[in-house]
Amino acid sequence: MSMNRRQFLTLAGVSTVLGIGSGTVITGIGKGNLEASQASPDPKAKKAKRWGFVVDVSKLKTGEDYQKCIDACHNIHNVPSHKEKRHEVKWIWTDNYEHAFPNAAEDKFMNKELQEKNFLLFCNHCANPACVRVCPTQATFKRKSDGIVMQDMHRCIGCRFCMAACPFGARSFNYIDPRPAVKVENKEFPTRMIGVVEKCTACYERLAIGKMPACAEASNGAIVFGDLEDPNSEVRKLMAEKYTIRRKPELGTQPSIYYVIGGGEHV
Amino acid sequence: MFEKALSGSGRYWAWIGFLLAVIAVGFLAYMKQLNEGLGITGLSRDVSWGFYIAQFTFLVGVAASAVMLVIPYYLHNFKKYGKIVILGEFLAVSAVTMCMLFILVDMGQPMRVLNVVLHPTPNSVMFWDAVVLNGYLMLNIIIGWITLGADKKQVAPPKWVKPLIYLSIPWAVSIHTVTAFLYAGLPGRHLWLTAIMAARFLASAFAGGPAILILLALIVRKYSKFDPGTDAIQALAKTVTYAMAANVFFFLLEVFTALYSGIPGHAHPIVYLFAGLDGHTMLVPWMRAAAILAFIGLGLLIYPKTRENEGTLKFALVAVIIAAWIDKGMGLVVGGFVPNPFEGVTEYSPTAPELAITFGVYAVGLLVLTLLYKVAIAVREENPAVDH
Repeated sequence: MSMNRRQFLTLAGVSTVLGIGSGTVITGIGKGNLEASQASPDPKAKKAKRWGFVVDVSKLKTGEDYQKCIDACHNIHNVPSHKEKRHEVKWIWTDNYEHAFPNAAEDKFMNKELQEKNFLLFCNHCANPACVRVCPTQATFKRKSDGIVMQDMHRCIGCRFCMAACPFGARSFNYIDPRPAVKVENKEFPTRMIGVVEKCTACYERLAIGKMPACAEASNGAIVFGDLEDPNSEVRKLMAEKYTIRRKPELGTQPSIYYVIGGGEHV
Repeated sequence: MFEKALSGSGRYWAWIGFLLAVIAVGFLAYMKQLNEGLGITGLSRDVSWGFYIAQFTFLVGVAASAVMLVIPYYLHNFKKYGKIVILGEFLAVSAVTMCMLFILVDMGQPMRVLNVVLHPTPNSVMFWDAVVLNGYLMLNIIIGWITLGADKKQVAPPKWVKPLIYLSIPWAVSIHTVTAFLYAGLPGRHLWLTAIMAARFLASAFAGGPAILILLALIVRKYSKFDPGTDAIQALAKTVTYAMAANVFFFLLEVFTALYSGIPGHAHPIVYLFAGLDGHTMLVPWMRAAAILAFIGLGLLIYPKTRENEGTLKFALVAVIIAAWIDKGMGLVVGGFVPNPFEGVTEYSPTAPELAITFGVYAVGLLVLTLLYKVAIAVREENPAVDH
């Protein structure tokens, strides 16, 4: 087959374009196992089939009780505090019943105490997470070993599809440089750069060395953390004893945070 | 063939210079965004997609609309489209180019974009969107360039192009369906969680896209010796009419389901868009204007006399384009984020640098369009007769 210079250049150009990427696509799909893991896990590391939380808001009385949990988390994770609300980054925060459970709202005859009660809100670590389903790079993924919904801030391309998908508003985007807005930097945990999404990762870094999540530790027993799959775990015992609710269960994401409302004899 | 784009009148070069200036301003604004982050836009934790993604959504529709010429010409042998089918294909190239740029400028970490290829994730609709958009761009570049090249030499295009042309038909439908699935598959975003989303997108695309194409054809006729043909323009106007009727009908279906069911979550976004929610009314004038323009445009298109008169036709098409643009380019994306997951309202409006970047991307698209149309027009002026 003979070809002139022009045909050769066209062919070379087209084959270069087709060649780039196609190899990695094929090998990439084949691998399918890109989960990070430690070389030699700490023997004290906490393990579970599926981590979950029971949040008993009746045990959170004053604003300070809530703030302690929030500060514990935000301080060790270098969560920035920006001035403008639209740039806000938060991993754990409070909101009232109507906002936390909007599907159950619109009830003017409701118990006043409950209506005004604040709830601690953070990532639900859903068993069927919508954010993981939509992420185009697997930067957010559900850890196979214990169900924690992780966020790889080095792989995230900042498309914010996960923020549109999360029905719980658990995700924040770094619209501006977070580093100047970190009050006291914890050198043990990475700071972030602009353009990536972040959220609560259930203190995976603390679990790995045998510690409980920071919010649970600071909550004075209001937040209990444990294995939802283990019928003898503390979380399961609490759930067997008390009536618990989850946020937006009708969406089928299977949230792993259970709220005990408390507040009165009849609840 | 490309050399045709390198010679032109003073007016041609002034237009190119103007576009380059707009691109330069947009580029500077983008450098600022790259340095400081998307914080320079009006986006927020609650409204995390805005103007960029909305333009992307609108332009996917413009790109898909080329199929409204390809189907009649290649499947039904409708000869009157012979001369202008190339305008549709090149419009698609320009629109998809803008789509990709809008995705890129919306990314927080654009230098990591190849992660989508490096870690392919078939369960993500965005992965498929990247696949279909790239494919559609390649198809239209190849088909457009090869058929035009054949016309220039006054020979029939090579046989291997035909299968690509047939493939481009379902492919055009796929780009807008997949784009609708970006939204329609998300739990908890009531405005988007609707089975008719993809159908609505296609109807709006097949109205807005061909409307733009007719206006472009009229501009081409005015400024060059290439006449796309009154019959072709009138036939395309009928396509716009039917598609716009379907689009308005589909939208009213959404309104009925949301409002008559009385389910607050479903009603709130539509109430926000057309009447305001909790005192927030930023989009209300825009959405009402879109509704009025849609009905005026549709009325003028349905009535044969006003459709056949080019003066009123132009007015109707502009009305349809603005209505479709407000619907997709403003209401759809922002309305999906209002109210937020906590039933609160955060409003959004683009900032000056965000608009500069948006205009910059549009200018890139217009530049691509101008260069490609220049080539197509030059070929048509030399050889007006076409028959494949």
